[in-house]
Amino acid sequence: MNSSPMTTGQHEQSGFAAERGFLVAFARDAKLAARSKGEVIQALAFFVIVVSLFPLAIGPESALLKRIAPGVVWVAALLSVLLTLPRILANDHADGTLEQLALSVYPLPLIVAGKIVAHWLMTGLPLALLSPVLGLQFGLESRELGVMFASLMLGTPVLSLIGSIGAALTLGVRGGSILLALLVLPLYIPVLIFGAGAVEQAMAGIDAAANLSLLGAILLLGGLVVPFAVAVAVKISLD
Amino acid sequence: MQAAGATALERSAAPMLLARDLRLERGSRAIINGLSFTVESGQTLVLRGSNGSGKTSLLRILAGLSLPDKGAVAWRGETLKALSATWRNAVLYLGHTNALKEDFTAQENLRDALLIDGMTITPAVQMSALEKVGLLDRRNVLARRLSQGQKRRVGLARLALALAHHPYKPLWLLDEPTNALDEKGVSLFTGLISEHLNRGGIACIATHLILNLAAPVTELNLDDMAELAK
Amino acid sequence: MYRTEMSLFKYSSPALFFPLAGKMLPWFSALAVIFGAIGLYLGLVVAPEDFQQGEVYRIIFIHVPTAWMAMFIYLVMAMYGVMALTFNTRLSAMMMEALAPTGAIFTVLALWTGALWGRPTWGTYWAWDARMTSTLILLFLYVGYIALINAIEDKKRADKAGALLVIVGSVNVPIIYFSVKWWNTLHQGSSVSMTASPKMAAIMLWAMLAMAIGCWMYAIAVSLARVRAIIRERERDRASGQARNARYETDPANAVAGS
Repeated sequence: MNSSPMTTGQHEQSGFAAERGFLVAFARDAKLAARSKGEVIQALAFFVIVVSLFPLAIGPESALLKRIAPGVVWVAALLSVLLTLPRILANDHADGTLEQLALSVYPLPLIVAGKIVAHWLMTGLPLALLSPVLGLQFGLESRELGVMFASLMLGTPVLSLIGSIGAALTLGVRGGSILLALLVLPLYIPVLIFGAGAVEQAMAGIDAAANLSLLGAILLLGGLVVPFAVAVAVKISLD
Repeated sequence: MQAAGATALERSAAPMLLARDLRLERGSRAIINGLSFTVESGQTLVLRGSNGSGKTSLLRILAGLSLPDKGAVAWRGETLKALSATWRNAVLYLGHTNALKEDFTAQENLRDALLIDGMTITPAVQMSALEKVGLLDRRNVLARRLSQGQKRRVGLARLALALAHHPYKPLWLLDEPTNALDEKGVSLFTGLISEHLNRGGIACIATHLILNLAAPVTELNLDDMAELAK
Repeated sequence: MYRTEMSLFKYSSPALFFPLAGKMLPWFSALAVIFGAIGLYLGLVVAPEDFQQGEVYRIIFIHVPTAWMAMFIYLVMAMYGVMALTFNTRLSAMMMEALAPTGAIFTVLALWTGALWGRPTWGTYWAWDARMTSTLILLFLYVGYIALINAIEDKKRADKAGALLVIVGSVNVPIIYFSVKWWNTLHQGSSVSMTASPKMAAIMLWAMLAMAIGCWMYAIAVSLARVRAIIRERERDRASGQARNARYETDPANAVAGS
């Protein structure tokens, strides 16, 4: 039981870097997602399938399809992100690691922020990257595709942020996934409006900057505030 | 052994852990009511009681994960709000789940647990802890392929490393830590606890086992609540 | 220290609030009936017919107050939510639970009367107008809250989770209103202008005001009655549990039986 070899040289007691909590949580979730790539691909496949359903339901008339493209892609992105929300916290809740995260020396909001960013990297970012391909199917021009990509890049992080509040509140609740949709979808509406609106404005030949900057503003505000709300929600759900 | 790691906490005369008039309701009924106790430095509180008697709930309250319906918990004279920083720095909690990620190996799980605890420990030292708990040759196996006992031993490795780390986590809250452990595992566990108590730490353990500890043990049977038997 | 806490939050204890709510209930019920009757009389009988819309405009005496209340009750719930989370008062969360159905019903009424008004006036039951759309979203928010607190079995957790959800929702409400308005101007065509509503004669304003107060009093009366039911239900659950201490032996259920 000689303890000396186990002691590390670095004593971090003072000047302890709280922001490391963000990196610890982020790296952990990113690595976990990398271990289960299947789930990332499934969400993407879901996105593609939902978008492809619309031409089949409405008919292949290209003018009509082009008109509805922004809305279709955005609604599909919203639903794909919704389906992946349980991944942010539910697995950690089930195996007990969420308790360990809550008891971590690092502040919970920072840990939660790291998890949300990791979630976006595994869901929102791939969706945004894939969206131009789907836009092409609907006959969008390159400038419109660019705006669609930009709107998804700014909007999907907000979906991860707001969604994580719902995910935290519904942890371990029966019928959780439908309940989660019920809680989160109404809160997603502004993002949907500004996101799809940006693409529509681009299609109408108007500068989409106003919509995009509104999305950016929501993202900034949400990024600052939501991690704290999620931390509170996690504590409520663990109590 | 004690002298080497002597800290202010060992010399302190203040009562370490104090629970005052705790009430805990589950659903519509109170499972704990009017429960008070103190645990001093170097002491163990062993929680006994049948299933559903509230052992886990009480440990979670002591951990700061949940708030009691009445009463308060204090740490060295300071009443604690749920999950305050002081609390989180003092507590090491092993829940009844192993808190392992099935997709990570034993070593990765240990490393992540230490990172979350805020402990910076070199891989070599981690390796020696894994050796100590008998997981060295299983360190690269995914947690999903480990046996229940081996999963529990990852937690023991965490305790072993916590023992040597500074800043020290003095309050250990352990929920059925010996579940699924074999005889060797249990003696390993009691060894770790003894060392922790020697260093002036506190352990609150929910268990059915009779622990062979040299240090004084306070037993708390939640079946006949609020009675402290020595 | 305990003493000051007691006086400050005296009526935040459900057991103490229960009889108080019982005493207030008849007064608010009476006020609701009186103001409702005055409002309806002024609105349906005294107020003159609108020269553009004829008699049909009179539905605004229901529509506008209910729409106001729909919004107002959600904000009141958010304030109770802040209290529930910061002071950890059970009664605030119970008030939220009591208010939610009333808020949802007012929202449905506002939508319903809006549709009934819209058909003869604009030729359609439903237009994706900014106001109607955001009221519909408000209804979703109410439904989400009610679904959440009913899905969580542990009452303490349900209280707090519901409180947080409503706070988050109320922060979102202005953003939602703004975005829907934005969306509405982006897509020209389906805007229902409130300037088309009749010019308000003074008597109409009085009728509207009386109806608004009547709805308000109704909301208070109904939520007081509901919060009493919630307190009784929870205390009964507790009483059926094993352990009781002195505090809970003043069982409000007995007070009800006595009154």
